[in-house]
Amino acid sequence: MRALFAGILLIVLALPAVAAVKIQEVVSPGGITAWLVEDHSIPFTALELRFRGGTSLDAPGKRGAVNLMTGLLEEGAGDLDARAYARELESLAAAFSFDSGPDTVSISARFLTENRDKVMDLLHDTIHAPRFDAEAVERVRGQVLSGLRSDANDPDEIAGLAFRAMTYGDHPYGSDGQGTIDSVTALTRDDLLAAQGAVFARDRLYVGAVGDISPQELGALLDALLGDLPATGAPLPGKADVTISGGVTVVPYATPQSVALFGQRGIDRHDPDFFAAYVLNTILGGGSFESRLMSEVREKRGLTYGVYSYLVPRDLASVYMGSVASANDRIGEAVEVIRTEWARLARDGVTAEELDKAKTYLTGAYPLRFDGNERIAGILVGMQMDDLPLDYIETRNDKVNAVTLEDANRVAAELLDPEHLHFVVVGQPEGLETTTN
Amino acid sequence: MVRKLASIATLLAVLTGPGAAAQDDGAQEAVTAFTLDNGMQVVVVEDHRAPVLQHMVWYRAGSADEPVGSSGVAHFLEHLLFKGTDTMEPGELSATVAANGGRDNAFTSYDYTAYFQRVAADRLGLMMKMEADRMVNLRLSESDIETERNVILEERNMRTENNPAALFSEQMNAAQYLNHRYGVPVIGWKHEMETLDLEDALTFYRRYYAPNDAILVVSGDVDPDEVRQLAETYYAAIPANPDLPERLRSQEPPQTAARRLVFSDPRVAQPYVSRSYLAPERDPGDQESAAALYLLSELLGGGQTSFLAERLQFDTQTAVYSGAFYNGMALDNTTFDLVVVPAEDVTLEQAEAELDATLSAFLEKGVDPDQLERIKLQLRAAQIYERDDVAGIANRYGQALATGLTVADVQAWPDLLQAVTGEDILASAKAVLRPETSVTGWLMRDGEADQ
Repeated sequence: MRALFAGILLIVLALPAVAAVKIQEVVSPGGITAWLVEDHSIPFTALELRFRGGTSLDAPGKRGAVNLMTGLLEEGAGDLDARAYARELESLAAAFSFDSGPDTVSISARFLTENRDKVMDLLHDTIHAPRFDAEAVERVRGQVLSGLRSDANDPDEIAGLAFRAMTYGDHPYGSDGQGTIDSVTALTRDDLLAAQGAVFARDRLYVGAVGDISPQELGALLDALLGDLPATGAPLPGKADVTISGGVTVVPYATPQSVALFGQRGIDRHDPDFFAAYVLNTILGGGSFESRLMSEVREKRGLTYGVYSYLVPRDLASVYMGSVASANDRIGEAVEVIRTEWARLARDGVTAEELDKAKTYLTGAYPLRFDGNERIAGILVGMQMDDLPLDYIETRNDKVNAVTLEDANRVAAELLDPEHLHFVVVGQPEGLETTTN
Repeated sequence: MVRKLASIATLLAVLTGPGAAAQDDGAQEAVTAFTLDNGMQVVVVEDHRAPVLQHMVWYRAGSADEPVGSSGVAHFLEHLLFKGTDTMEPGELSATVAANGGRDNAFTSYDYTAYFQRVAADRLGLMMKMEADRMVNLRLSESDIETERNVILEERNMRTENNPAALFSEQMNAAQYLNHRYGVPVIGWKHEMETLDLEDALTFYRRYYAPNDAILVVSGDVDPDEVRQLAETYYAAIPANPDLPERLRSQEPPQTAARRLVFSDPRVAQPYVSRSYLAPERDPGDQESAAALYLLSELLGGGQTSFLAERLQFDTQTAVYSGAFYNGMALDNTTFDLVVVPAEDVTLEQAEAELDATLSAFLEKGVDPDQLERIKLQLRAAQIYERDDVAGIANRYGQALATGLTVADVQAWPDLLQAVTGEDILASAKAVLRPETSVTGWLMRDGEADQ
């Protein structure tokens, strides 16, 4: 591959698809709201459920409880133990996936129309009656601990953890949602039941569905699947204070290539300048070969395989981040070039030509997001969680095009903060030492 | 709940076998295939749900086609194809794709190198024009070479040098192949990458980049007649290379000795046991044993209900993860791979013993008909789900045609899978799971005593 498109780029703007996508808002008889795109051309449906809160809902001292609970959802429910559950899912030719992150727990289901009712029965039990059998808890706990031990030796994970801790301190964002070896080892079945109760509630539920299902069918399905959820779960934590000062943090680790994460304060998804920031980031390091960072660090100097920057607007705090990896004797130069580009953008802004190119790229690339039922179901949920209107699709490109050169350069000066851009470098970087501004 | 561990498995699947990750199921797609007069094959996969397309050109030239001493040159050339041509400035192709709202990239494997763009459906002609241009008009400078060589070295740093599991996998592969180039990593050995020069790149380019060595795969909101017309305009104008060499690689001799290796590295946090066996690939008109091997991999280690998981993860709890992998899309002999990640207090020796005991038990017990039926049911369902992923279908055709299969072979594959019997699977297991063709590797923490 000539370039890796880091998965994290996708969270920058989980925006909708082409005009061909007709979104309907469906409110079930029981009052559950969902967004639906009907497409009867293939006899299956992708259903996406997300619960706001995620691993940030871990109770004090129970770090990793939401993650472990989520991992155990597919390990037995109702009358079925883990093995019977897996066989049942196979017999129905359906797929479930469960994931947890700092802001959400997500459940993605894919099922054939002919098996819809049986699959939804199984998913109902999964959400309402997970078994958390002792045998399964120990088995999955072992998997999580194995993952944590691997993370402790993975330069990318080491950098991520150091950056989070520095940026968010004691807030849940500041630590690993998977927990620590100690906290995960200590979790009990009661902790998992508590996490289940904290996460799954009506007041934080968002639903997207795409595929072979009518609004009436979806409404009935949602009431049967989710109608008996409790009204409310655990309170969401407050906003996080982002504290990033300039400088470099070196985390010594014996490996040939240093991995660097860098960042500064970001911009909220609902800020009126968000689109200007989004277009600016496309120009600076937004993932294409055309970005300034790719051009300066890779194409001109061959210092790295990939360098990216990305806005990370989370529910409770926003940062503006980037990543690069270079051999230990070259990372110092890469850091220097990135700092220079950061300062240049803050000082000089962008040209009219760069702005036009970025707009053409962003607006033209918009239809490429429309990439299969499951992807669209995820986008529908993301739109709802971002509080975007139902007709957002038709206006999104207008918002990109509305960014003027004056806006862009004002926001560049306000947002880009080279003095407070901090680098966390994991490796044995030559010529770099821990410093603070 | 094996997200972290699944990534280990994916890595093994990608790095230990020739060919990319397993993806072997056919479907009743809207597929049209034809060949231009200059020998360029064309496959069109229609999906009119959204006004986008993917345009790909696959070359039947991968790392296993490289000359001795210049490992990595196929991948290096892939990078260099984004430099200029006689009429395009360096980077102009990607910039043009981006200016049209598209994305482009490329990838290299043992048997092929492929270039693609995803773009709005009305831009096909422009994509073809640029792709046809760089098929024959590449223009490289010495400064391109030096900078881009540093980029691929950093790519190797990222993928391999910084990753003990990847280094281990390279050693496994090198031990598996006694004589075939599949034993050399796609990205190249570092000491040879450092010596790659302009002449190496251009020699490979002139030898293999020609329409009679290429496959065009266009998928999405396209009309086959229009694709043919545009292909006639842009690709048919390029003459075939009359000197295109036949694809002959050094083949494996009979393998007669089980190999073992231990790879230690202080960065290893989670030790595991890896096992590979030399295995036959899918051949044109002859895919039955590959179909049986694919089902064997699913039965043995395809998920929570597989034979290995049942025994190692549930019954004895000796493993936190186990898996089996087989991808038959390769020009020459591929591998059948197994992995066991032991539970915390289980040694690698114990894990390996459990693996072997489990394989013996499987051979003795035979195939569970219910499990086989569930897997076949899922494969049938996969054909429905895959219609939602036209780019995946396009990839499958490209990979198949680049590894010597035909469109008919791809379309026959789903029925072949359904026709496989438990006896077929057992016979293929006995034929392939032979110690003398195997490599067993332990990935260990540095300084850890032999267990």
